[in-house]
Amino acid sequence: MSAEDTHGSAEVAARIERRWATIAVVIIVMMALLAAFAGIHRATMPQPRVEITDPSRLHLSGEFVESNLGSVLEANGNVTVRAIGQQYSFTPACIVVPVDTPITLRATSADVVHGILIQGTNVNTMLVPGYISEQLMRFTRTGDYLMPCQEFCSFGHEGMWGKVKVIDKTEFEGRAKGGGRLSCVGQ
Amino acid sequence: MLVNRKLILAHFWLAFAVFGIALTLGAWQMFIRSPIGTWLSNPELYYRSLTAHGTVMGYVFPTLVAMGFGYAISESALQQRLVGVRWAWAGFWLIVAGSIMAVIPIALGRASVLYTFYPPLIGNVFYYLGVVLVVVGSWFWVALMSINLRVWRKAHPGAPVPLAMFANVAGSYLWAWTAVGAALELLLQIIPVAAGLKSTIDAGLARVFFSWTLHAIVYFWLMPTYIAYYTIVPRAIGGRVYSDSMARISFILFLVVAMPIGMHHTFADPQVGAGFKFIHSAFTALVALPTLLTVFTICASVEIAARLRGGRGMFGWIRALPWDNPMMLALAFSFVMLGFGGAGGLINMSYQLDASIHNTQWITGHFHLIFGGAIVIMYFAIAYDLWPHLTGRELIDVRLMRTQLWLWFVGMIVTTFPWHWVGILGMPRRMAYFDFGDPAIAPQSLSVTLSAIGGFVLLASGIIFIVILARGMRAPQAEAGPYRFALAVHEPKTVPVALNTHALWVALMIALTLTNYGYPILTLALTEGTSVPAVYVGAQ
Repeated sequence: MSAEDTHGSAEVAARIERRWATIAVVIIVMMALLAAFAGIHRATMPQPRVEITDPSRLHLSGEFVESNLGSVLEANGNVTVRAIGQQYSFTPACIVVPVDTPITLRATSADVVHGILIQGTNVNTMLVPGYISEQLMRFTRTGDYLMPCQEFCSFGHEGMWGKVKVIDKTEFEGRAKGGGRLSCVGQ
Repeated sequence: MLVNRKLILAHFWLAFAVFGIALTLGAWQMFIRSPIGTWLSNPELYYRSLTAHGTVMGYVFPTLVAMGFGYAISESALQQRLVGVRWAWAGFWLIVAGSIMAVIPIALGRASVLYTFYPPLIGNVFYYLGVVLVVVGSWFWVALMSINLRVWRKAHPGAPVPLAMFANVAGSYLWAWTAVGAALELLLQIIPVAAGLKSTIDAGLARVFFSWTLHAIVYFWLMPTYIAYYTIVPRAIGGRVYSDSMARISFILFLVVAMPIGMHHTFADPQVGAGFKFIHSAFTALVALPTLLTVFTICASVEIAARLRGGRGMFGWIRALPWDNPMMLALAFSFVMLGFGGAGGLINMSYQLDASIHNTQWITGHFHLIFGGAIVIMYFAIAYDLWPHLTGRELIDVRLMRTQLWLWFVGMIVTTFPWHWVGILGMPRRMAYFDFGDPAIAPQSLSVTLSAIGGFVLLASGIIFIVILARGMRAPQAEAGPYRFALAVHEPKTVPVALNTHALWVALMIALTLTNYGYPILTLALTEGTSVPAVYVGAQ
């Protein structure tokens, strides 16, 4: 092989390589753009804001006192659910919500790191003590969903399973008339 | 020229010994939480085992492989006796001491916090100190790699650094810097609490520190595998590296962009805002680039080998490859697993899709496929390739090696594919048992059983691997000749300074880490009222 041949083949190799690198870069830029588009246009994104709370005073005052936990129908027809996780259960252990309704889940932890995951949906958030987690959700199907803790929270972690009961809209409104905070614990 | 063979063998043997123990624990865990095992009366035993499995597989095993392989590369690629052998042994013994110190509290059930620590859960202080010792021991190696390269440069001014050593040193710098995140978490936050000096801790800040380590550590695990792709495989199958400079660019990209992306592990966390989550997501997409480049270069290098062996046609050359060569087999398996694992990884780092699988069994399946599969199968291949040069004895049983690699590949697929599937169904991670009697969970029992069977196939493969190496220590003596690395099609006579040194890229790595982590860490550290009471494990 002459020196010129070597030089020529090196150029061919470099050209093919450049082409492949360009394709790779285009793929990556496309992925980032798609994520940005879906985030801005469809507002699907992880929790955007940071809010803090003191886990050692949750039971005394503020948003997460026991009497305020559960589901509440807001004036605009939306529903807000407040919950806490602690070793090794959720309060309320059974969350009741209406179908086809925008729901805001606000939750935090009273002790260690926990997580909320609702099976069969993409509702999935960490509960980190000291911080408030917020998730927007909407269920399109009534029924029971399992809600396990998805983060290791010490020796009882495997027993930490909650439930979500999605019920008919009118039924939920009927139950909400009495005021207070709704849950399906014991049902 | 491999002079310090004992040092290298000590690293490999310790690595594979602890790997064997952790693998056995892993198989037991798969079994005990599956429907074919009976429920544990004490679930705490499961978390002890899980902590040991993760700590060994995450911190001890790959670090020792990278170190042993690194010393071997330094001596054979630079053709230079290792400088600082005493320090290398000191680093090794620190790792031994650290591992023992960490494993005792784990075995006693005093540190069941998993290898990811999870404060405000706090275990026995000696567990954390042991992990710190392991990391400090590995930093000796980082320093030695840098020093050895410097000594070589002095003797060869301006010469291109051999690719294997260039990549090896890049990997060591990546490790040095990525370990800083967990080190800060341990030294500033966890150890003062574990030692009883403080009683509160900011769990959110700790998670951010840990994410700094948690992602780039994967690329540190990956480095020996990629070095093998580029510098061993082409030589072992009779080919050449397609492009030396593309290889260097890939390793540089890993060094620079593997670091500032860890927050994709905190997408679901409440302590990080949307902006930095998005930035880290975009940067994570960028880290796919060196892998895409590598896939191209290695496939092209393999094709060169096939055509040199008389392969023809668009795809016909694939048949001409030396499929009976364990290195070829390992590479093919590694690439298949890298393909599936990489595709899963793109889902995990996605700003939107992550929520569907975050902290489910999908994630466990994902990193077992990438690390246990694509990466570790090449550790096996590296050991097979190096062994005759380290022991001065031949590894004769090539057939058994092929069986071992096949079993590992099949076992890994059987374990991880159902694992991914139950993750999509929403099965959470790190649970000592599942109530398969619940009608909502019952459909997952078949998948979990399959995974457990895969776990035993992996265990069988691991045992065969250790048997092959042990038999290699007693085989008849045979001089293997000098250990060589693959040559490029166009061997570089000169290399641009940017592709021959690391300083610029290390500076860029640190700068990007500061821009991507500085602000979130600073705001969290300065926010008052985020420290929460520690919860001591074993105190309940």
